[in-house]
Amino acid sequence: MPAPYLKRAPHVMNVLDPQGPIGAADATILIDSIAIMLAIVVPTIIAIFAFAFWFRSSNARANYMPRWAHSGRIELVVWSIPTLTIILLGGVAWLGAHHLDPAKPIEGAQKALRIQAVSLDWKWLFIYPDQKIATINTLTVPTGTPLQFDLTSASVMNAFFIPQLGSMIYTMNGMTSRLNLRADKAGTYRGLSSHFSGDGFSDMSFDVNVVSDSDFAAWTQRAAGSDLTFDAGAYSKLAQPSTKSERAVYRLDDPHLFDAIVLQKLPPGPGPSPDPRPAASSTSDAGVADAR
Amino acid sequence: MLGRLSWAAVPYDQPIPMIASGIVALSIIAILAWVVLKGHLPYLWHEWITSVDHKRIGVMYVLLAMVMLLRGFSDAIMMRLQQSLAFHSAGYLPPEHYNQIFSAHGTIMIFFVAMPFVIGLMNFVVPLQLGVRDVAFPTLNSVGFWLTATGALLVNISLMVGEFARTGWLPYPPLSELTYSPGVGVDYYLWALQISGVGTLVAGINLVTTVLKIRTAGMDYLRMPMFCWTTLATNLLIVAAFPILTATLAMLLLDRYLGFHFFTNEAGGNVMMFVNLIWAWGHPEVYILVLPAFGIFSEVISTFSGKPLFGYRSMVIATMAICILSFMVWLHHFFTMGAGADVNAIFGIATMIIAVPTGVKVFNWLFTMYGGRIRFTAPLLWSLGFMVTFIIGGMTGVLLAVPPADFLLHNSLFLVAHFHNVIIGGVLFGAFAGYTYWFPKAFGFRLYEPLGRAAFWFWIVGFYVAFMPLYVLGFLGMTRRMQHYDVPEWRPWLIIAAGGAVLIMIGIALQIAQLVVSIRRRAELRDETGDPWDGRSLEWATASPPPVFNFAILPKVDGEEPYWEQKQQAGEHAPHDKPDYQAIEMPRNSPTGFVCAFFATIMGFALIWHIWWMVIVGAFGAFATFVAFAWRDHDEYLIPAAEVARIDREHKDARRMPAGEAVAA
Amino acid sequence: MTMAATFTHEHAGAYSGPAPKRIITGYGFWIFLLSDMVMFSCFFATYAVLVGQTAGGPSGAELFDLRSVAIETACLLASSFTCGLASIAADVRSKTWFQAAMAVTCVLGLSFLGLEAREFADLVARGAGPTRSAFLSAFFTLVGCHGLHVSAGILWLLTMMAQVIAKGFRADIQRRILCFALFWHALDIIWVAVFTIVYLMASAA
Repeated sequence: MPAPYLKRAPHVMNVLDPQGPIGAADATILIDSIAIMLAIVVPTIIAIFAFAFWFRSSNARANYMPRWAHSGRIELVVWSIPTLTIILLGGVAWLGAHHLDPAKPIEGAQKALRIQAVSLDWKWLFIYPDQKIATINTLTVPTGTPLQFDLTSASVMNAFFIPQLGSMIYTMNGMTSRLNLRADKAGTYRGLSSHFSGDGFSDMSFDVNVVSDSDFAAWTQRAAGSDLTFDAGAYSKLAQPSTKSERAVYRLDDPHLFDAIVLQKLPPGPGPSPDPRPAASSTSDAGVADAR
Repeated sequence: MLGRLSWAAVPYDQPIPMIASGIVALSIIAILAWVVLKGHLPYLWHEWITSVDHKRIGVMYVLLAMVMLLRGFSDAIMMRLQQSLAFHSAGYLPPEHYNQIFSAHGTIMIFFVAMPFVIGLMNFVVPLQLGVRDVAFPTLNSVGFWLTATGALLVNISLMVGEFARTGWLPYPPLSELTYSPGVGVDYYLWALQISGVGTLVAGINLVTTVLKIRTAGMDYLRMPMFCWTTLATNLLIVAAFPILTATLAMLLLDRYLGFHFFTNEAGGNVMMFVNLIWAWGHPEVYILVLPAFGIFSEVISTFSGKPLFGYRSMVIATMAICILSFMVWLHHFFTMGAGADVNAIFGIATMIIAVPTGVKVFNWLFTMYGGRIRFTAPLLWSLGFMVTFIIGGMTGVLLAVPPADFLLHNSLFLVAHFHNVIIGGVLFGAFAGYTYWFPKAFGFRLYEPLGRAAFWFWIVGFYVAFMPLYVLGFLGMTRRMQHYDVPEWRPWLIIAAGGAVLIMIGIALQIAQLVVSIRRRAELRDETGDPWDGRSLEWATASPPPVFNFAILPKVDGEEPYWEQKQQAGEHAPHDKPDYQAIEMPRNSPTGFVCAFFATIMGFALIWHIWWMVIVGAFGAFATFVAFAWRDHDEYLIPAAEVARIDREHKDARRMPAGEAVAA
Repeated sequence: MTMAATFTHEHAGAYSGPAPKRIITGYGFWIFLLSDMVMFSCFFATYAVLVGQTAGGPSGAELFDLRSVAIETACLLASSFTCGLASIAADVRSKTWFQAAMAVTCVLGLSFLGLEAREFADLVARGAGPTRSAFLSAFFTLVGCHGLHVSAGILWLLTMMAQVIAKGFRADIQRRILCFALFWHALDIIWVAVFTIVYLMASAA
């Protein structure tokens, strides 16, 4: 394995520094929406301070109107300002929700790369069905190619999220969710689970290596020829709860593994042992073990 | 004999919960010992524990909320400390403990701080504002309170015996199913909420009936103070939404206890159904909390601006619009489930529509201040702090209602910042404003103002320091509920946030100091008039604290601000100089609520630990309590007319002198 | 002063003051019933979602014995009628008729529960218990929740009979009888929905 791909990813996960079209479009909508709202929020906040200051009881110059409590004109304005803002923003939301629906394929000349993602307790399994590769906690993808993710969970709910590439989506057992992304710039990014899933949740991060087409081809070749095979035995071992799984790349034995998980032909993860207070279940407990 | 319970349930090996529960247990024992030794027990029993007076019950609700606020805040500060330390390290809390803490923090803050705080204030204030003597069902009111207290007690017992849920404040299955959460933590959560949920439902029914059926003569709907309107809206939401929570949690209980398959991975269970159901309750719940706060701000801003509320009818319409719309937006809590573009867009827009009535409210408060004579008392400071903070929280909320923005920020610390922004800035500030505003009405003396203002400043600065960094962290991709992390960019922001939590802690300490100082100086802070703030609605027309019957003669209402009008006209014709006092019938105190909650606690604990014989004892005891109550021959007692007259004259004499000044103003 | 006239309504209000106790109690209980119906509608919705999730197990059409359910329905409808008679008897303060009508209501309610228990036991014996599939979980919960309500109603009914013997038709007891009657009729309405949605639609499918 070439070392760079298994090196830990740099930590930047800034959603406002997108590296693909979906992330960029999400971020644009985010910024635009904030701008639209600030246009009404900032003047209102200023007015709060201004009114409160001017009409302080010690200000003799302020006009006291003890019975003034109604004005048709002002009412019209206070109902229409938020309404107009929301109409504008509602349009943004409608168009955005359709344009950026995670299930919508990304247009482009290139054929999409199919990837199947499975969340387990507490790591990610990625399957490249067409390339016959399975990886754990690491993804390698070519630049500029649409990525078509099918996602599920082998145990509890999680969410698949690569902040710099854009939209996240839930993974749920017995169901497939769809997500389309694209990475435009080579580099190593970071993904994580963004839905709490239990004790090992914090370690469910993964690397995303975005490489050139030729590098990707070379990588697939190497990986498909790997002498590590991901078979039923490897899967059932992986399904046991564990944290801090090493990043690994395997040759995939059964290209229908993902379907077997979704259709529950492979049973969902077993969960922790039924002892109400399990002993320290992960290596991250070392410090606490000392305290005890 | 004892089901799953054994000595192994006590976490001897974990110093933090042991010390914490030790402190809790010691303080409870100390308070009990003090009460018994000083001979206060009979007083406490007759005047408070068995009281069915809505004012006393309201005060006890608020007290419960404040005690639980301390517990919930301890959890918060432990979390902030953990996240400050846990960079490339395990921190000081292992995941199985940290996960309990954030779950308990959320559960406690929503169900046992925010809920009892607003329910307590509504209970105390609404009958006074409506000009009547009590709520519709006084004994049930007491039952409701004590069942809420039972829930709070069970959550705290989990600290010492067993564990609390490690699933987050909403136990999403399948994580909360027996397979993935085999311990008793989720069971503690479920039974605590089921029992306190009954209490909440009872309170909701009680207050809806009160507002709709028990108002003084002339108090038409469009003359009710704003707080009564928001109370009505809130309690309609409780009545309509809490049964959904009960049903949903019941299904999860059946899954866990009897092997049903509602939300399991196996046998056709459907996780998405839980998520839909829980938010069909959960989103109205947000408005259950914030609407009463809106009502409080309406009262406070109007009173301290010396003006009627601007656009009263607009406010009523906006309140009821929010009440209805809140049931149509639940799906925005899971845009990232992949429901499809149309569904996401429709729910996103529906969510934004709620911002319209909410925006109208903000503008109306703004114009209430316009042309006023604003007195910057502590309640007004909380209100101003609220207006600014809430607008920011509302803006980030609308942002999250835009599906593509939510695809980036969902479940991130941006979301955490958003809901703290509205819940602290909206609900909690409202609760504090209401607490300061109505405290003199409840106890007959004001809270010491300088410390109140200092507490406000620490709170608001602390709030911004604690939560603005979380917005930034959301943009930096940090998701919520992380026990440790290895991203260096996150750390400085987390340390700043912890600093904010410390500022808030000082704010809380100042509030405690304020209470102590105020009690000590109660003589100089005494309110003889019953109207310390130059108020406008009927609660200020009676003495502070009000007599048990609230009003010697039920007031007659002929306008939107009856008490204000009465003060304006006092010079022209003196009202009721020689009132015709009548004997007053009041409900007798009853231990039903307390005894019933006692059995509910036994039953809840037994259910959690599978001690079946004890479950039967608890259930039978609770039923027997109700039958015993039903067998009572005298539900009411009579206060003779002479006694009513004596109490009323005392109050009138007391207010005669200073009242002249107030009216002249 | 014109402004003052606009904003203070000089007329007396239309609302005449707190309602009488009987109204308040009935009203509050109605609100409780509405909230109870919200809870049932959750179970109905859940049932509708899960009705096809048989996980390879039996479906409703294969399981339900409509004849037995029809008898259950008849029992409950008849009990509603006798419950109405009990209300009338309470209004005219006839202890004998009240006790007789309540006793018949109780017997009918118990017959309903007996038939339901037999149905449940039969299903469990056939391996179609609530743990078999999500569909059966939803079925047992919806129907069982109604059954629990009927059981609670019978406890309440017996308590009311005892109260009337011990205390007679006191005002507060009259109010409780009113609430009990509302409760019992509401259970009837819910049963009609259960009968239609669970049993009839299963056999139609």
